[in-house]
Amino acid sequence: MSNLMAVALGVPSVALPAAEQPHADFSDTPMWLTFVKALIVFVYLLLSVLVVIWFERRVVGRIQQRPGPNRFGPFGLLQTLADGVKLMTKEDPRPSHADKVVFTLASLIAGTMCFVSFAVIPLAGQVNLFGHTTPLQVTDASSAVLLTLAIASVGAYGILLAGWSSGSTYPLYGALRSSAQIISYEIAMGLALVAVFIHAGSMSTSTIVYQQRDVWYVIPAFFSFIIYVITMVGETNRWPFANAEGEGELVGGFHTEYGSMRFGMYYLGEYINMFTVSAMCSTLFLGGWQAPPGIAAINDGMFNHGWWGLLWFTLKMWLFLWFFVWLRGTLPNIRYDQFMRFGWKFLIPATIAWVLVVAFIRGAQLGYLGDSSFSIGGRRFPVAMLFVIGLVTLLALAIAWVWVNRNQAKAEANRFEHPAEIDPFAGGHPVPPMPGQRLVEPARATTRGVAAHAEPVVTTTRQETKEAPRG
Amino acid sequence: MLNNPYVPILFMLALGFAFAAGSVGASVLIGPKRYNKAKMLPYECGIQPTPRPEGGGRVPIKYYLTAMLFIIFDVESIFLFPFAVAFNKLGLFALVEMILFVATVFIAYAYVWRRGGLDWV
Repeated sequence: MSNLMAVALGVPSVALPAAEQPHADFSDTPMWLTFVKALIVFVYLLLSVLVVIWFERRVVGRIQQRPGPNRFGPFGLLQTLADGVKLMTKEDPRPSHADKVVFTLASLIAGTMCFVSFAVIPLAGQVNLFGHTTPLQVTDASSAVLLTLAIASVGAYGILLAGWSSGSTYPLYGALRSSAQIISYEIAMGLALVAVFIHAGSMSTSTIVYQQRDVWYVIPAFFSFIIYVITMVGETNRWPFANAEGEGELVGGFHTEYGSMRFGMYYLGEYINMFTVSAMCSTLFLGGWQAPPGIAAINDGMFNHGWWGLLWFTLKMWLFLWFFVWLRGTLPNIRYDQFMRFGWKFLIPATIAWVLVVAFIRGAQLGYLGDSSFSIGGRRFPVAMLFVIGLVTLLALAIAWVWVNRNQAKAEANRFEHPAEIDPFAGGHPVPPMPGQRLVEPARATTRGVAAHAEPVVTTTRQETKEAPRG
Repeated sequence: MLNNPYVPILFMLALGFAFAAGSVGASVLIGPKRYNKAKMLPYECGIQPTPRPEGGGRVPIKYYLTAMLFIIFDVESIFLFPFAVAFNKLGLFALVEMILFVATVFIAYAYVWRRGGLDWV
């Protein structure tokens, strides 16, 4: 989560007993093979980015009823490569007010840190690679998930330093917004993961995947899954939470002053971060590289072994990538204060409450709240679990009822009847009428200097607004 | 040292850095360099750039408040993580402890909310 957390938890994990070690078996993995795997993951990520940028532009194009890039290569597939070459051959200006070292360093941080989290993502189970049986995962540790959170925080420095060092107003605004956004949503994201840890009993990614061999955590931790999906969009500064770039207000946000490959690093970083959060989401909630339940049962788990895992993992990851693109194509950006309010006043308390609920349900499952149990379809469920779930449902319904009632009362109180007539210049500047409202013809010689001054523009506006209610 | 699970992360770090530094360096070498005074000014859609205040200027207090609140809740999740990982072995006592802990943090949260610390407008 933060550097603080990495120090607090990440480092001493070496001292944990052997039972706490990750499930993945790295005993047959020499150092050179680890490096080869790192190279494989690296190339996999770069290729994925090439495809996803094309994919995004094509899909957004379709959503907006235009073809999207279709010139370079089949279906325009090489468009991203062409863009990369173009970026590379562009001039690399650095504004005269910018901090010389930090300006470059910031883009390097963004371009470097985005790759690191993927080191702990299991792309597949045990595979045969150059004669060694090894998990298709660069490394795993008992604090792997924590590590990805810590690295995401370091990546945020890339954005913050970019805004600070540009020596320009818009980037500074964008960077401040972005860091506030990232830290606010990181809390909800971290808390959403707690439910997964309670069920898995580990923070190692391979163990979490292994523990999901019966039930994917999207079912017992469904609300966490929803929260994670919301926060991952906030964390990556993507639409509808793209306030850090805020094209309509801040030009390009934190990267306004960047050009050429230094900008390319931010572009790359954004997409790789999307892959990272999507991969984490698949790993933590959708069973990681394991085949979907129906397919997993075929032929004694034939599709659930070796390199097949890479296919399932990629499919699951792309499901979220599609979701990102879909959001971008269909939703407008939300206002910054609404975004922050949603994060602090809804996501955080709701996640904390949910963590307690999960703790109770899990506690009941483990028999902390009593041993009596009943069975449905051959599976045993503790009675206490039924109690907890019932109680929580009742509580949630009660809260929802109060909330809806309150909102209705508020809406009643705020109901504003529009008068039948409107003077469009009453406030000094033209206001369009609501449907069904009649315009009052303003007096020609007004004492209002503003209206008289802007006479030609005002005339056209008045004619247009007069047309509107009739049609 | 060689069996340390954190060493391979350095591989990824090195690969990422080599790629980032390589491509930025290449673009510096390949790209044209045509100096133009206006081009080097801060970009504000073509108008004269806002003069920068001495010492970086002032930043709305909201951001500092958010940063401080972040630390409170970050520490909360730090304590929740080991609790969650060891939950299977801890028993009812830990569950009760954790409820007390969350309730304590919730008091701080309610206070901040009541004092308007979470309002952005």
